[in-house]
Amino acid sequence: MNLVDIIFYFFALITLVSAAITVYSRNIIYSAFSLLFTFFGVAGIYVLLNADFIAVAQILIYVGGILMLLVFGVMLTHKVINVEIKTGILNVVPGSIITAIIGGTLCGVFVVTDWFIVEGVPPIKSTTTEIGTMFMTKYLLPFEIASVVLLVALIGAAYIARRDKSKNQSA
Amino acid sequence: MLTDFGKVFIFFLIGGLFVAAGLIAAWVIRPKRWYPSKLSTYECGEIPVGDAIVKFNIRFYVIALIFLIFDVEVVFLFPWAVVFKNLGMFAFIEMLVFLSILFVGYAYVWVKGDLEWDKPAPQLPSINSKQLKISTPQTTPD
Amino acid sequence: MNFTLTDIPLNYYLGLSATLFSIGIVGVLTRRNAIIVFICIEMMLNSVNLTLVAFSAFLGNPTGQILVFFVMAVAAAEAAVGLAIIIAMFRNKMTVNIDEINIMKW
Repeated sequence: MNLVDIIFYFFALITLVSAAITVYSRNIIYSAFSLLFTFFGVAGIYVLLNADFIAVAQILIYVGGILMLLVFGVMLTHKVINVEIKTGILNVVPGSIITAIIGGTLCGVFVVTDWFIVEGVPPIKSTTTEIGTMFMTKYLLPFEIASVVLLVALIGAAYIARRDKSKNQSA
Repeated sequence: MLTDFGKVFIFFLIGGLFVAAGLIAAWVIRPKRWYPSKLSTYECGEIPVGDAIVKFNIRFYVIALIFLIFDVEVVFLFPWAVVFKNLGMFAFIEMLVFLSILFVGYAYVWVKGDLEWDKPAPQLPSINSKQLKISTPQTTPD
Repeated sequence: MNFTLTDIPLNYYLGLSATLFSIGIVGVLTRRNAIIVFICIEMMLNSVNLTLVAFSAFLGNPTGQILVFFVMAVAAAEAAVGLAIIIAMFRNKMTVNIDEINIMKW
């Protein structure tokens, strides 16, 4: 067991344990914060896979953006008077059956399939340049359409979340 | 590359170690004599009112939303900036199109007044000349 | 340190991703709070990204990483709109429990 193995197991452990805490914790705030460690663990695995820019983007978008938005969502959607931060569970039996089926299928496929792996592939040097070149040449149209998606999301979400100013003015 | 990120990782570890060491040292050294007013939240000497977890104003959500969208935009900007010098004018125009599309959204939220923090209108203290009494406005903190 | 990708087989990464995905499914199916369901969807998107990056690294082809970028952009858009819907729902019904939001249920 060399250093890379130890790093891999370390990050995998962080990812899975914090993901389990996210799912099983009764407190939404704990869930949201343990999701932070899931994202960090996945970012560490990305670095291990030579995807440095993806790892940084993961930290920037998921931790800096989406997680912050989720915490805002938690803060905005609980009752003030009777603080209802804790939540229950439902559909345990059918949920676990479906999960077992899907998870088993995924693991089975991953183990059984003889994946096509290029042997002795040189690790991609500086992925940022590679990604930038591909964005500007081959994947130009998806790149522009991504901005349209973001625009639509911005306008739509701002429209939905905006308070109706004519109605309830209080707080 | 892994060694570069290894430095970052060591930085994280040492940072976490400092926090943990500080907390553990404080826990070991401090005298443990608790009583209710010591354990209560410090609110500048006042008796704390309500819970620490309060319901936020919805306006924060719209600001956070705008931040998230432009955060993603910045991430898309980085790979472009690396290759911009090689590709020249074409890449510049493409990024201009990208930015102008997102600028439409920015203009939308600006025009619709989502960026404005609509404070309650200030009510100046007025002097009633007949009774000679200064009435102070009752404003609720927002 | 001479580091090669083949130190850890591809199956390990795929197994990690499958486990993360399964944990996400448990959350989506069994939790009652809409925001937790949302958090678990983000987790599942992350596990899919992990699979894409793993294949991209083992094939020496950065196209998978491009796809990860678009997944991230769409995840951000989805988080923004979905949370706005949850907040609007909370404003109208004062609850985010998915079993109490059943107006459209026959």
